[in-house]
Amino acid sequence: MDTFAALAHGMAVAVQPMNLLYALIGVFLGTAVGVLPGIGPALTVALLLPVTYKLDPGGSLIMFAGIYYGGMYGGSTTAILINTPGESASMATALEGNKMAKAGRGGPALATSAIGSFVAGTIATIGLAFLAPWLVDFAVRFGPEDYFALMCVAFVTVSATFGDSPIRGLTSLFIGLTLGLIGIDKLTGQPRLAFGIPELLDGVEVTTLAVGLFAVGEALYVASRRHHAEEKLEPVRGSLWMTKEDWKRSWKPWLRGTLFGFPIGALPAGGAEIPTFLSYSTERRLTKHPEEFGKGAIEGVAGPEAANNASAAGTLVPLLTLGLPTSATAAMMLAGFQQYGLNPGPLLFAERPDLVWGLIASLFIANGMLLVLNLPLVGLWVRLLAIPQPWLYAGILVFATMGTIAAKPSVAELSMLAAFGVMGFLMRRFDFPIAPVVIGLILGPIAESQLRRALAISLGDPMVLLQSPMSATLLGIALIALLAPFVLKGLGRFKANED
Amino acid sequence: MSSEDAPGDRPAEPAHHVDRAGLVIAAALAALAAVLVWDASKLPATSMYGMGPEAMPVVIAVGLVLLAIGNLIDALRGNLPPRESMDPKPVWLILAGLALLIGIIGFGGGFILATSALFVTTSAAFGRRAILTDTAIALVMTTLIYLAFDKLLTLSLPAGPLERLL
Repeated sequence: MDTFAALAHGMAVAVQPMNLLYALIGVFLGTAVGVLPGIGPALTVALLLPVTYKLDPGGSLIMFAGIYYGGMYGGSTTAILINTPGESASMATALEGNKMAKAGRGGPALATSAIGSFVAGTIATIGLAFLAPWLVDFAVRFGPEDYFALMCVAFVTVSATFGDSPIRGLTSLFIGLTLGLIGIDKLTGQPRLAFGIPELLDGVEVTTLAVGLFAVGEALYVASRRHHAEEKLEPVRGSLWMTKEDWKRSWKPWLRGTLFGFPIGALPAGGAEIPTFLSYSTERRLTKHPEEFGKGAIEGVAGPEAANNASAAGTLVPLLTLGLPTSATAAMMLAGFQQYGLNPGPLLFAERPDLVWGLIASLFIANGMLLVLNLPLVGLWVRLLAIPQPWLYAGILVFATMGTIAAKPSVAELSMLAAFGVMGFLMRRFDFPIAPVVIGLILGPIAESQLRRALAISLGDPMVLLQSPMSATLLGIALIALLAPFVLKGLGRFKANED
Repeated sequence: MSSEDAPGDRPAEPAHHVDRAGLVIAAALAALAAVLVWDASKLPATSMYGMGPEAMPVVIAVGLVLLAIGNLIDALRGNLPPRESMDPKPVWLILAGLALLIGIIGFGGGFILATSALFVTTSAAFGRRAILTDTAIALVMTTLIYLAFDKLLTLSLPAGPLERLL
């Protein structure tokens, strides 16, 4: 079959000694940075982008694969040991994982999360390898209006449908879309929102935005509420190994978590929260030890962790085949592609199969490396977690600004970084979600150029959006997804009043 | 009871409490929309088929106005999520550190001095009082980073008086 040949070719690329080394460095750096409290996978990728500036695209993408999975793994270690999940996808893990660590079973919790991540990651990457070519065949027939409609679906689902408040989610998205307008318009060469500042003509760098929002914003936010209780690091006591009983209780949750995570992650809606919480509640319902839930049940770690990793691999499906990032981390991966002028999508599969399949193959390798490396290195990661908070955040800010200084050492760029930091702080304080801003910035300009291309082909007739059955269906889905939370909220209120 | 309110919020305050920060957010969104329209109006009209560069800013501005209204309604109803108390001092300290960093880079002070200043102020913002120790740590750490980037990755970081000594 085609996929096997392509994958074998990718494997041949990925096992070259230099590329193995890149994957190893990526896995190691990704875990080390991802372990730091308050640093999620998106920020891990953003912070480590400058490290890859000088590499060739192939090596750099392979390193990204390692950083991506390593960052995920590091996040769950933090969630288990100090109960401060770096991102919402690790929240379900923290529920039971931190209880297990408190009960002195931190070792098995880390082990089931590592092995579960490996199992889920491997199955999901196989899923990615088989689903991607099929989706690519489908996507080559997409016209610009279909792409535009697809991006509308992603905009709505990422910002409105699954958040706490559709208004606040959409507000974040529109701030991102506004930032995406800044700079020279690619089709006409007209500067927009540049206010005569030359640095703004190039537009807003995605990495500057992400690092400002995530790293600087987080540091400001944590500093502002330092007087609230500080989190406590649970020591890893006892054996790291899982008992036979632990294995017996873990393997089914791993598989079920994968089944939740991969399909939901692969939908152009994205988000790992839903599959992780679905998995958590399913395990809670199916367990033979309901009395342990809330006190540290291993199923409650195994399932959500598997779901989290499977959905991370799932988000790579729309990213690689359609160029559609559906999470902040995927948006950073897209930025990584763009720094080499590469645009993921059906064309990239045709033009640079070595690159795409090398990346997919190195996901398998990174996954295996994480399993082999991380359990023995748990002691090292725990020591990283024990860095005192002042030095930790001071160090994070030094690394955060370093990336910008290395890329563009200008006062204007650094001021933007600081401004985005303040924005990130305010958004955290007033409970606006952050990922939609990043996705709006990176996807907004692409959506605009697809729409304008579609309208140029149709000589300005907007009906083109509804004449293509694909685009009409997708726009319909987007509309439903936009209205659903408002309708459901209204129904909820109606019901509440009746009670 | 309705589920979207914080527990204990509604019974205590039957009259809705207007959230002032929410009003500011709504006003800021409306102002942003105005800037978009103003900027789009300065773009020369193009005679190409379909959309010109000025169309999308206007569409986004319309969205921002609608969202400003939505945020305004939430603010008037006091529907914003509860906020925890905050201590503004460390925030200003970190921002001062960032300003120092930008100033030092802008005036050619170099990477090591700039990031060391940020390290020390941030560390102080998080409650450290050992400024001399932290300065020493910061200088050593940023020098190592500079050397690693300059020599290993051959990425040039801005050089100042200290970097020229290396």
